[in-house]
Amino acid sequence: MRDVAVIGVGCTTFGEKWSSGFRELFVEAGALALEDAQLSGEKIDAMYIGNMSAGRFIEQEHIGALIADYAGLATRHIPSTRVEAACASGGLAFRQAVIAVASGMEDIVVAAGVEKMTDVEPGASTDTLTGAADREWEGFVGATFPGLYAMIATDYMHRYPLTREQLAQVAVKNHYNGARNPIAQYQQEITIDTVMNSTMVAEPLRLFDCSPITDGAAAVIVAPLSRAREFTDTPIRVLASAQASDTITLHDRRDISTLDATVAAGQRAFRMAKLAHKDIDMVEVHDCFSIAEICAVEDLGFCRKGEAGKFTADGETALGGKIPVNTSGGLKACGHPVGATGIKQVYEITQQLRNEAGKRQIDGAEIGMTHNVGGTGATAVVHILRRC
Amino acid sequence: MVGIITYGVYIPRYRIKVEEIAKVWGANASDISGGLGVFEKSVPDLDEDAATIAVEAARNALLRRTIDPKDIGAVYVGSESHPYAVKPTACTVGEAIGATPNMTAADYEFACKAGTAAIQTCMGLVKSEMITYGLAIGSDVSQGAPSDPLEYTAAAGGAAFVIGRDDPIATIHHTCSFTTDTPDFWRREGQDYPRHGGRFTGDPGYFRHVEGASRLLFEQTGKTPKDFTYGVFHQPNAKFPQKVAKTLGFAPEQIKPGLVVPTLGNTYSGASPIGLAATLDIAQPGDTIFVCSFGSGAGGDAFDIEVTDAILSDKFRRDAAPGVLQLLKDPIYLDYARYAVHKGKIVMQL
Repeated sequence: MRDVAVIGVGCTTFGEKWSSGFRELFVEAGALALEDAQLSGEKIDAMYIGNMSAGRFIEQEHIGALIADYAGLATRHIPSTRVEAACASGGLAFRQAVIAVASGMEDIVVAAGVEKMTDVEPGASTDTLTGAADREWEGFVGATFPGLYAMIATDYMHRYPLTREQLAQVAVKNHYNGARNPIAQYQQEITIDTVMNSTMVAEPLRLFDCSPITDGAAAVIVAPLSRAREFTDTPIRVLASAQASDTITLHDRRDISTLDATVAAGQRAFRMAKLAHKDIDMVEVHDCFSIAEICAVEDLGFCRKGEAGKFTADGETALGGKIPVNTSGGLKACGHPVGATGIKQVYEITQQLRNEAGKRQIDGAEIGMTHNVGGTGATAVVHILRRC
Repeated sequence: MVGIITYGVYIPRYRIKVEEIAKVWGANASDISGGLGVFEKSVPDLDEDAATIAVEAARNALLRRTIDPKDIGAVYVGSESHPYAVKPTACTVGEAIGATPNMTAADYEFACKAGTAAIQTCMGLVKSEMITYGLAIGSDVSQGAPSDPLEYTAAAGGAAFVIGRDDPIATIHHTCSFTTDTPDFWRREGQDYPRHGGRFTGDPGYFRHVEGASRLLFEQTGKTPKDFTYGVFHQPNAKFPQKVAKTLGFAPEQIKPGLVVPTLGNTYSGASPIGLAATLDIAQPGDTIFVCSFGSGAGGDAFDIEVTDAILSDKFRRDAAPGVLQLLKDPIYLDYARYAVHKGKIVMQL
């Protein structure tokens, strides 16, 4: 296998982008990534596009070809593939691009993610997202994602010493980071009270425990590490790419408060990179709900099971903490255009490793990790990236 | 010069408080009132609809000034809740006030700004000397689906304006509109309740069009907010008009007399017309009034109005009909059950 590097990244701002359609979003992100890599479109060999549900959000399927077309590459007939793994679609698209380059099949490959979610009303988007769970066993009987993660939170809080305030601190910390990220959907800091007094969504999760509905797109370009310096002075090497699956329903899990797919993908990534936890300078985890970040921090092994609440409250996951988590603001504050989130995580880590993260920069960042989850943990994708 | 000859308002006497609605849906009333700036809303009586409200408002207008109804050559009623899909409310109003049969009439719909569109139409007919007087009405028994955020504000009421040339109580110096195809709020044929795009009704809807129409009027007239004594904006809640007024450069005291939504609710087509009427209730000769309505779908109509000496003359009897503040006094409060009956939300066995 060849070593692979990220040579360019681009991302739209995230938010309710009423004046931008699906096509404008991915064209903007792609153009930014090409510009960053100082690359012209004709050098692209292949594309992988993470997208969860354009079919239901904008009634458009055949996304791979559509994007190649609007990228101006249709007449070059490059392979362009849509990748879908619910909210992990972006992370998985990145992994497919890495595999394509590592295998020697392709050289310059775009991994992008895009989701246009605000063209449908909130009830319709909630139902669409429910497709990431088991429709027959969960969706049809009324479960929604806030409901499923609320079950995880309830179980977790019953078994481990997590307080409501500690859970709120996840959102407070992510909003603090989002306020320092120019692409973030929410750029205002909040307090514990903001979370505690917000509308109840599904006990114990309140509005500010939940990631929002977001429009956005992100794109990264990967190439063989051996060729990376043709395009950039600051290539970011992909040290590990790992993926794991689990039961799609929550009730079939061994333990609903532990995402075993995250545990498996994390362990594989660490083995592949030949690194230990102390080597990781920051991690972008999949905080679709505050409880998801608590579980992720533990399941990736950054603290012991049951201790992430205190770990968070003690500031260990904040900027300047032992392991800064979600410097981008995470899904909570940066926003969660589902298919784009996994690519945005790579975008954020790349910015950190290039020392381009501005007010949220981690000093001397060398190695970063991304963690992207589909559903309640039926898919987990983990990558480790390193400054060259 | 074209202007307002007389005006009248009608608001049903019934009210329901935001907290009563919130209680039914398990919502936090203070969050809702705090967010919207609305505390209660008007509710129609069992036998009231957009037509009866329009008639009451028109009659109140005619109480204030003696004009021959036969000289009213046009009646336009703007509403989102015309009782009939086919059969004009405007004919009922024309008949009720004795303006028929030598008149033209039509019902208007442009979400919440059909009433001001009716004023503009009447201005054109008067200016072109096709008619002596035109009657423009905005009237609604607004719809809001149960538990939808709209239910906390959707109210009932209307205002009528007689537009003409001779000795107006307020001259309309200029009007202009800003209109696009923006689907922020809609109701299809046969549906009971409107649907809306949530926050999409804000920036791309209300604010773009109200700011667009307002700035267009300032550009065309060379005037600024400082040139007006008062400002009146469409008021689906209290926050939107306060925010847009601030953005445009109006001071809070300029919009205060016309901001009636906190205790009235959103009367849809009646909203900015009632706001204008409330301002005319206290205006003095020489006062200038800026008005900008908003209708989803979407557009805004802006007006540059100046109050004349006629408002205090013998020809006009401001006190002959109730003012807006008077109509808001002494309400009868309903609980949600009675409110449901009044609004026809309980389906009866036939």
